Amino acid sequence: MNLPVIIKFVIDLLAVLLLALGIKGLSKVKSARDANRLAAFAMSLSVVGLLSYYLGTSGIAIQSWIWIIIGSIIGSLFGAILAKKVPMTSMPETVALFNGCGGMSSLLVALGVAIFPISGGQENFDFFKSLINEVSISVSIFVGAITFTGSIVAMAKLQGWLSTPGWTQSKVRHFVNIVFAVASLIAFFDLINGNTSSIWLLVIVSSLLGIGVTLPIGGADMPVVISLLNSYSGIAAAAAGFVVDSQLLIVAGAMVGAAGLILTQVMCKGMNRSLVSVLFGGSLSAQSTASSGTGEYTNITSCSVEECALTLEAANKVIIVPGYGLAVAQAQHTLREVTKKLEQNGIEVVYAIHPVAGRMPGHMNVLLAEADVPYEQLKEMDVVNPDFPATDVVLVLGANDVVNPQAKNDSSSPLYGMPVLDVQEARTVFVIKRGMSAGYSGIKNDLFDLPNTSMVFGDAKKVLNDLIGELKDLGVGEK
Amino acid sequence: MSFISLLWVLLLGSLLGLELIGKVPPTLHTPLMSGANAISGITMLAALTLIVKAEGNIPLLIIGSVSLGFALFNVVGGFFVTDRMLAMFSRKPSNKK
Repeated sequence: MNLPVIIKFVIDLLAVLLLALGIKGLSKVKSARDANRLAAFAMSLSVVGLLSYYLGTSGIAIQSWIWIIIGSIIGSLFGAILAKKVPMTSMPETVALFNGCGGMSSLLVALGVAIFPISGGQENFDFFKSLINEVSISVSIFVGAITFTGSIVAMAKLQGWLSTPGWTQSKVRHFVNIVFAVASLIAFFDLINGNTSSIWLLVIVSSLLGIGVTLPIGGADMPVVISLLNSYSGIAAAAAGFVVDSQLLIVAGAMVGAAGLILTQVMCKGMNRSLVSVLFGGSLSAQSTASSGTGEYTNITSCSVEECALTLEAANKVIIVPGYGLAVAQAQHTLREVTKKLEQNGIEVVYAIHPVAGRMPGHMNVLLAEADVPYEQLKEMDVVNPDFPATDVVLVLGANDVVNPQAKNDSSSPLYGMPVLDVQEARTVFVIKRGMSAGYSGIKNDLFDLPNTSMVFGDAKKVLNDLIGELKDLGVGEK
Repeated sequence: MSFISLLWVLLLGSLLGLELIGKVPPTLHTPLMSGANAISGITMLAALTLIVKAEGNIPLLIIGSVSLGFALFNVVGGFFVTDRMLAMFSRKPSNKK
């Protein structure tokens, strides 16, 4: 072994170690930020390792440098700008977009290697020396294409640019997707048999498969899909590692692929959904209309913002339950103003965070942190549940299924078994909601019928603004 | 590097990934996903290899460069956005329990 090889070996080893420590650290609150930086450092280290290896062995042509610099500057610049500019509420679609581009990158590498000869002046496709090469190129294209189109569809759906077409909720979609999958398989084997023109067929059908699989999935299940696609992009990277013969790429790709799978599993558990039903079940509301849980509300009490303000003023302890609706209305800052007033009046305020509150797990924590809510006021479900009986007022803001007592009481309910917040134990519950529409599960919420629950109808942001006005009139929070 | 040893690398890498995140507080699901997503942009190394080995083949250089651009968009954007999220959690480290 000569020196450049040894240096690269050591750097790669170090990079893998740091990346592993990075992923590990990202799963603890205390170390997360440093871990993220450590991973970023490991990535730059791996680039230095690779470039120094080529400098020390074959050398890097000026022309190559030029294209490296062009690609790096454009990619990094757009990435950095988007990351700085994007509002925190759009986080899920941003991650989806980044992820799709990672898949696209693996796809392009495989295509490049497949179409053009690499190192040496052989004829096209002569490098298809071994089966391994062909298989890894095919896998890289297949997974890369699915990751790309799937992520873009996920992003478009989360942004609201794309709705769920009706046919995707019928059985037709399974047929369509099976056709795409079989076609991919045919193209795959055709390619391995040496028929190189079927590479384009593979690109096209796997792209269509990515779209066909993602399109039927409902908005609330999207985080799970993004997490799964994230795992795919790791697999695509590992496959690209086989294509260019890089151990570092294989390890890092495999690590992200496996960690992504675990994370997907953890998310599914929090939402009481199985991965299979997320992927093949269509959107949840379509299934549940046939099953139990539908029914008319019989005992709805609605009340004005003024009554709500009066009750809040008299309370000692208030728990806020923020949900998807709050995130959509972007009312987190307004909410913070309300709670500030209450706190100034000596009222104890905490936020009960359901594991899947917001638009994706953990998203609500980010949004509330952005609105300057002190970290220690955010209580996780298991911590806060015993507190509800001693609570005067609970404010439910845009949350629905996560406060449905059916999940505990009704074993026939599709929600049964899902961990929920026991808000009904509190003395008074105010539910701020636009109307009587069901949550994303499409299931009636028994909470709304309970005698201690009052509905305050309206847009979360508007109601909170009115609430600030009412509290001001009552003299709450005046210094 | 023989194919068999590359398969070992794949296997051990996957096992490592499975073990790395056992218990994650829900708070960190979004940042963790975003951070892992940035790491999956490691495919930028493959793009770099492609460009270095292109040897003056212009279409290949362009494909490599575009691929590198996509990968770095993923990496740089991913790490920055993760940092932005995590910065919010650690804003007041002194009052943290």
